[in-house]
Amino acid sequence: MNRRPTIAEQLARQGISRRAFLKFCAATASLMALPPGMAPAIAEALGKIRRPSVIWLSFQECTGCTESLTRSHSPTVESLIFDMISLDYHHTLQAASGEAAEHAREEAMKEPGYLVLVDGSIPIKDGGIYSTIAGISNLQMLKDTVENAAAVVSIGTCAAFGGIPMANPNPTGAAGVQALMDQGLIARKPVINVPGCPPIPAVITGVLAHYLTFGAIPPLDALGRPLNFYGDSIHDRCYRRPFYDQGKFAKTFDDEGARKGWCLFELGCKGPTTHNACATTKWNDGTSFPIESGHGCIGCSEPNFWDAGSFYKALSAPADPLSFAAGAAVAGAAVGVGMSFMNRAKKSSAKAAHETATLKDLEK
Amino acid sequence: MSASLEKGVAVLKEMIDAPIASYFNSCVHCGLCAEACLFYTETGDPKYTPIHKLEPLRRIYEQEYTLLGKLAKMVGLSKPVTDNELEEWKELVYNSCTLCARCSLVCPVGNDIVYMVRKFREGMAVSGHAPEGLIGATTRAIEIGSPMGVKLPAVQAQMKHVHKDVGIEIPMDQEGAEYMVLLSSMEIMNFPEYLGAIAKIMKQAGKTWTLCSTAFEATNSGIQIGSSDLAKVIVNRIVEGAERLKVKTVISPECGHAYTALRWDGANLVGRPFSFKVLHILEVLDEFRAQGLLKTEGFEMDRMTFHDPCQLVRRGGVVQQPRNLMNMVAKDFVEMEDAGKYNWCCGGGGGVSANEDAEELRLQVFKIKKGQLEKTGAKTMVTACANCRIILEEGLEHYQMDIPVVGLTEMIAEHLAESKS
Amino acid sequence: MNEMELLNWVRGPGLNIAVAVFLLGTIWRLFEIYSLGRKQDLSAPRNAAGASGWHTVVRRSMPPPGMLKRSPVSYISGYAFHIGLAIVVFLFAPHIVLIENLIGLSWPALPSQVVDLAAVVTMAAMVLVLVDRINKPVKQFLSTFEDYFTWAVTFLPVLTGYLAVQHLLLPYTTMLALHILSVEILLVVLPFTKLFHVFTLFASRWYNGNANAHKGVPV
Repeated sequence: MNRRPTIAEQLARQGISRRAFLKFCAATASLMALPPGMAPAIAEALGKIRRPSVIWLSFQECTGCTESLTRSHSPTVESLIFDMISLDYHHTLQAASGEAAEHAREEAMKEPGYLVLVDGSIPIKDGGIYSTIAGISNLQMLKDTVENAAAVVSIGTCAAFGGIPMANPNPTGAAGVQALMDQGLIARKPVINVPGCPPIPAVITGVLAHYLTFGAIPPLDALGRPLNFYGDSIHDRCYRRPFYDQGKFAKTFDDEGARKGWCLFELGCKGPTTHNACATTKWNDGTSFPIESGHGCIGCSEPNFWDAGSFYKALSAPADPLSFAAGAAVAGAAVGVGMSFMNRAKKSSAKAAHETATLKDLEK
Repeated sequence: MSASLEKGVAVLKEMIDAPIASYFNSCVHCGLCAEACLFYTETGDPKYTPIHKLEPLRRIYEQEYTLLGKLAKMVGLSKPVTDNELEEWKELVYNSCTLCARCSLVCPVGNDIVYMVRKFREGMAVSGHAPEGLIGATTRAIEIGSPMGVKLPAVQAQMKHVHKDVGIEIPMDQEGAEYMVLLSSMEIMNFPEYLGAIAKIMKQAGKTWTLCSTAFEATNSGIQIGSSDLAKVIVNRIVEGAERLKVKTVISPECGHAYTALRWDGANLVGRPFSFKVLHILEVLDEFRAQGLLKTEGFEMDRMTFHDPCQLVRRGGVVQQPRNLMNMVAKDFVEMEDAGKYNWCCGGGGGVSANEDAEELRLQVFKIKKGQLEKTGAKTMVTACANCRIILEEGLEHYQMDIPVVGLTEMIAEHLAESKS
Repeated sequence: MNEMELLNWVRGPGLNIAVAVFLLGTIWRLFEIYSLGRKQDLSAPRNAAGASGWHTVVRRSMPPPGMLKRSPVSYISGYAFHIGLAIVVFLFAPHIVLIENLIGLSWPALPSQVVDLAAVVTMAAMVLVLVDRINKPVKQFLSTFEDYFTWAVTFLPVLTGYLAVQHLLLPYTTMLALHILSVEILLVVLPFTKLFHVFTLFASRWYNGNANAHKGVPV
């Protein structure tokens, strides 16, 4: 367990013999129109390539993102772990625990260029005391781990934007990974945000697969989210969009409109302001997504979604109740009555001071 | 001479009320008032836009009666109204406004612009910015009793003249008469047939009536120059005379502003409701007609049309009566376009006819009345206001149109059926 | 501030402030204007059928004889954008949701495509009205900065709302935030500009109609 297995070693573990491996290399050489003498060079090269090391850090999280990951159908989490990456540290999935687990992490960190995946927000208030692992605060662990990382993927809205722990009044000072970089608390590295509460399984694995295949960050939007999954809003891909356009809205759950599958805007759907792949990729291997099941989108892949007013208040409704309308009306009446007194007094005194006009007053 | 800017501003502060505040706050600068005003339509000069005539009053209102206006004045964002500005506005308030009120009927947000112009004149008058001609007329009205300087002897001379003409004695100071008849200087001087007509009509109707030696003048220069205090002095003579003679009804003659001054402004000027009725002569004639007391014979055969005096019709509410009376004696009576409460002003009311500076403008804007007349093809124009009559005559002469202008009461009288007894 | 934070602000504190200023301003100004009172008319009234302040409140919406020909744009475009604004503001389903949240009243909406059309007509009419203001000598003469400012403050909500619903120009979240912000600006300036005619025109028409009705003239 000192070093990660090479691809050759990995294949050997999977029961592919040395002979078969060399045959594969010869076939590859001829495919690439290389002379047969190149086959050993290919074997040597493949013998040296290692699967990238991945360290998964779980902080203030509910484990929902990991649960979502394990339900991915393509690529499956198994093929991910065994074929594509070397998952050297993951609280839920790793076999080791305690000191042995932390040791695995430290070993993996010795060779720079590893990938860091984060789920859960990072509390920074009061020295970050609100979430610690092995006595180390999340903030410290993240700082140490990110130092030599190639890139960070923030999985879930908590890691991306602070998520639920950050909701008003944010007692732990929770923040997302990018925010900590912007505040200069950890080293600045390329970040891919994969928000959602949780993100769609295939989106998590798809983003990782992209990074591993092309070795590069995919094109991102202004909030650091991969455009190929987060480029469109739910609204733009929603199958109920024609009803929105016509103004046919369900007014209550299970009313006639709801049963007819009308738009859920009035029931608080945040589809228009939420960017995610739910309307196309869907959930449970493409079975359905919230709107299709009759509940409005709650906007879980957007920053501050928990503080954006009730899930059941439409986007056109006020997010909070109006707290000083009555007070303002009273203040207006006060000013108005004040002016009324002043106006009437001025008019009265002007009348009292009236000098009856005579012909003399017509000329200067 | 004691006119001053301070006096003007002081009186305007008294004048501003909730309607005026509401109007200034409702104006959206749509400019439709200009399209209703003959001083704009016939000149194309936007400065004659009615609401613009009130600009200094608007500033005074905002600076005196609104919190934000007061603050703006304090920090210098809103400048106080100056004497020079009021002098600049003289032309707009007096030369190019006859108080015809057409703008008030047209404003889409409901602004009663003529109401505001009338109030603004209060400030203009006592700050010394009324036109010279009007100051002269008002002075004569106050000191002599008539804006044209007509005194009792002149009236008595006319009484004798008419007696000879129609064979009926003209009563004066008859206590207990049912009607007290007022005259306008214009009628006494230029249209003495009016008095004769009254005499004949009253005789036929069998009604008692009288002139009043201390209150024969109906016109009120005070409301044209815009001084309620002076207008009150003039109206009081009539009230005193009517109460002294214990008459039931005072008849306002064929004069527009006289009717406005007495019928609508009068009680408010003296501060109490009248104990007598006020009727325009046309209202009296129409009442007689309805009661069968007015018998006519024969018809005018020429095509005729009727010019609606603004103060009588639009501002007075005597709309249908002229039509009823016209139909009694005119065979070919055609209404002009916009007849009735939307008719166009002759251009000479509201003090404009007394204002020499305004003459050129007045003749220019007469074009609209000329156009209306031409469209009807009428050979004669009938009206019921002596001032309108003079202005119409002058206008027609200026444009070389040979069309007579006739007073309605006079025309009725000419067709009175001869008594059989 | 990212676009979601802006949207949350305008839907939350922003709306709170704007509605408060609007209520404060409107009530203050109504008192300030109508406290000046009106003297009673002591002359004997002449009553005529169809003449009263209330009649004029309604009737003054009709162009008087001859006026439509003299200024067709004022009336036709004026009505088009006022009616269009009413349709867009009060008959668009998401707006009815907002009103219901604010005052508890609601009513059926028009189909959204019809409201879309109304929004386009409103904007076209408003542009015509602006062009007329610039081209016609009387309007040009009367116009001040306030006239153009209030035009913009009224136009922007319609424009940004339309762009948001149609998904044009900027991403929806930003466009919606700008739309709500533009409405908040409109609310805040309304009581202190000529836009206040929204409230005062009724009283103005009433005073006018009442004064003329006293004389027996239906206006």
